[in-house]
Amino acid sequence: MRGYQWDWQFFLTDTGAGQTYLQWMLSAWGWTLSVAACAWVVALTFGALIGTLRTVPNRGAQFFGNAWVELFRNIPLLVQIFLWYHVIPAIFPVMKSLPPFLLVVLALGLFTSARVAEQVRAGIQSLPRGQMMAGSAMGLTLPQTYRYVILPMAFRIVLPPLTSEAMNIIKNSAVAFAVSIAELALFAQQVQEETSRGIETYLAVTTLYIISALVVNRILAYVERSVRVPGYVGGGK
Amino acid sequence: MTLDLSFYSWDVIQAFVLKGFAFSVQLTIVAMIGGIVLGTMLALMRLSGVKVLEIPATIYVNGMRSIPLVMVILWFFLLMPFVLGRPIGAELSAYVTFTLFEAAYYSEIMRAGIQSISRGQVYAGQAIGLSYGQNMRFVILPQAFRNMLPVLLTQTIILFQDTSLVYAIGAYDLLKGFEVAGKNYGRPIESYLAAAIVYFVICFALSYVVKRLQKKIAIIR
Repeated sequence: MRGYQWDWQFFLTDTGAGQTYLQWMLSAWGWTLSVAACAWVVALTFGALIGTLRTVPNRGAQFFGNAWVELFRNIPLLVQIFLWYHVIPAIFPVMKSLPPFLLVVLALGLFTSARVAEQVRAGIQSLPRGQMMAGSAMGLTLPQTYRYVILPMAFRIVLPPLTSEAMNIIKNSAVAFAVSIAELALFAQQVQEETSRGIETYLAVTTLYIISALVVNRILAYVERSVRVPGYVGGGK
Repeated sequence: MTLDLSFYSWDVIQAFVLKGFAFSVQLTIVAMIGGIVLGTMLALMRLSGVKVLEIPATIYVNGMRSIPLVMVILWFFLLMPFVLGRPIGAELSAYVTFTLFEAAYYSEIMRAGIQSISRGQVYAGQAIGLSYGQNMRFVILPQAFRNMLPVLLTQTIILFQDTSLVYAIGAYDLLKGFEVAGKNYGRPIESYLAAAIVYFVICFALSYVVKRLQKKIAIIR
């Protein structure tokens, strides 16, 4: 490594497409964050739904929830992205018109939804059984008990473990390079080949990933603090 | 369109898929053993209470865990020729990368395992005159390892799935095997589907075994 000629200025040179490498990298960062953010919305929506289904006293619903989690957990993310990108549009021609960005968001979001569902299920099951019984004793129907008693508590309890999933989704969004989404990992590979300034490029990209993870961590730590349940582990007074 | 998986005869599997499957399995096993050994060492460093050991181990573990695996794979593939002074194949690079990367994750599991052993066990070891090393070797680590076995195996299933990311440096793994077969026979879509099925069957079966094991261990404790 000694004698390596550092050249950070190449970031300010033109790529040949009317922008500098720095501008290209920032736009790639934007793609990474957009993929992660949109996939997070998908993951939270489906994760909350499936996680709740798995606790409902109904065999069919439980089976569906379990099948969902096993399906999305036991196939590598890269293979799932290929499935959404190559296989599903071939089987359902309607999907052909969807932009690759959306397919990757679905792939990453549903992959993560299985993990979110696990956390949500664990959160609901960590509640004392008395909560559910108190709900029925008051004459609430099952959906009402979930809506007003179980879920408001469960969501506040599962938030801390979800922070690490939110940070994982940023890291996992790097797999989108495989279907040519112009995000950071693809940027790193392309610029390394194009300019042979691989070390500087990788350092910059790695730093951006770490910054993104730290920012998400801080934001969610704040949210955690403001919604935590008094009297629970880690909860305030 | 209609899917036709029938071209996957035994000859095709033998010619394209088996080689990749063998590499994926070898990579998983090497990274698992290397990762657990290295990870246990890192965990011991972090719990040693000696700052000189604790700080580098903490930086290493947290650093590895905050970078996407794809970037780590790319980093090693780029840097290893610099360090070794000669080009190195994608497969060899993958072995080193996954061992060093997984060590960070295994070390967190081992650290939790060691911390889960009650203080009384440590004191008992000291009371019968065991040195620190002996205490670790004969009392703490065997119990920690046993308690954490299901988690270590679950991590290994994740590791097996993650080996597909060697795609980034073009190593010939299970996924690549299917992809090449699909290209040669003009059936890429069926190939990705077949790859997904194979990965699913393997990972589902392994996680079922882990679940059984977990129940077994839980009863004995």
